[in-house]
Amino acid sequence: MNFNATLIGQSITFLVFVWFCMKFVWPPIMAALEERKGKIAEGLAAADRGRHEHELAQKKATETLHEVKLQAAEIISRAEKRGTEIIEEAKADAREEADRIKAGAMAEMEQEVNRAREALRGQVVSIATAGAGRILKRELDASANDELLKDLVARI
Amino acid sequence: MSATAPHTSAEYIKHHLTNLTYGQHADGHWGIAHGAEDLAEMGFWSINLDSMFFSIALGVLFLWGFRKAAKSATAGVPGGWQNFVEWVVEFIDESVRGSFSGKNPLIAPLALTIFIWVFLMNFMDLIAVDWLPWLAGMMGVSYLKIVPSTDPNITFGLSLSVFALVLYYSVKMKGLGGFVGELTLMPFQSDNKVVQTLFMPINFLLEGVTLIAKPVSLSLRLFGNMYAGEMIFILIALMYGGNLFMGAFGGLLQLGWAIFHILIITLQAFIFMTLTIVYLDMASQEHH
Repeated sequence: MNFNATLIGQSITFLVFVWFCMKFVWPPIMAALEERKGKIAEGLAAADRGRHEHELAQKKATETLHEVKLQAAEIISRAEKRGTEIIEEAKADAREEADRIKAGAMAEMEQEVNRAREALRGQVVSIATAGAGRILKRELDASANDELLKDLVARI
Repeated sequence: MSATAPHTSAEYIKHHLTNLTYGQHADGHWGIAHGAEDLAEMGFWSINLDSMFFSIALGVLFLWGFRKAAKSATAGVPGGWQNFVEWVVEFIDESVRGSFSGKNPLIAPLALTIFIWVFLMNFMDLIAVDWLPWLAGMMGVSYLKIVPSTDPNITFGLSLSVFALVLYYSVKMKGLGGFVGELTLMPFQSDNKVVQTLFMPINFLLEGVTLIAKPVSLSLRLFGNMYAGEMIFILIALMYGGNLFMGAFGGLLQLGWAIFHILIITLQAFIFMTLTIVYLDMASQEHH
């Protein structure tokens, strides 16, 4: 082991290298590492947030679905009710209409009957008059027996 | 091979453990040392060209690679190299956070530099011992030791720099009085002023040894491990000079030792880094 100026040379070299490392190598690498650390933390936080939001959304979706189902059920029941109501109404209307038509028909029928009766009565009177006229052609004069004829017609 | 090519096993080993040293010869001219006498003549003011070259080259390689990653570092998805760099940086950052209680922007880059640089210097050990020296020999370079961390100058250069930082932060954080007090008023304490004064030199001796032991153990641990590892590689390489069976057995041994050595070089780099952090942590902490 013989010591010589290499010792000094090595010391100087060492200090220069350390200085260089401290100035130009260490800080940028550490800065990059720190920055990446921040980014990763941010990413993880964002992922967490996303998951949380997703959970919330899912919960909300379930709730909405439930609500909608309830609403739909309600609407259906209301519609059913309304449907029966309409049917009942229609039935009532129809019945009323039928009654009305029936009543009209009845009235008409009665009228027809009356008219027919009047007509018949008139014909009977004329037939009776004619008959009576033939029978009593000679002796009887139409004006003398008018009273009797009127009585006959009223009785028919 | 060059004129100084080794012939015997002893020469071979010695050749592999000699640095390419540049200095002033006894007659006044500057040049490469050839052998121990030259080295003795040159004294302290000579320099190990190979150690310096490889340590600087590896340090530049490290800084270039990491700077490249740092420049293109984004918070987006990292590419392959950036990913690796980030992994290393995070590993270092975690180690520093675990061992260093204070806040100091120097510590982490210091630890990173030490870990990667020492690792790379140790890694040179895994390159087969003869390749680069042989190449250098072809180019007329007589000696070449390619593992800088087997040169005590390199390891002491590192540990003494760390030691200087330890002293600096000790004085800065505790004040000169506090630092001296830490060295002289512990571990033996007394309420009696006279007895306390008597304790001072003993305390100073104990604490002084503890303090000095830090850089010495730091560098010698690395140096010793790497030197021994290199030595074993050289000894295994010697077996290739034997017969076919010896050569094959040597190859097997080298493979095994190299695999084991991967663990050692990483571990030594890690230990050097961790101890540096711990020493600086101790220096920065107030004693109560």
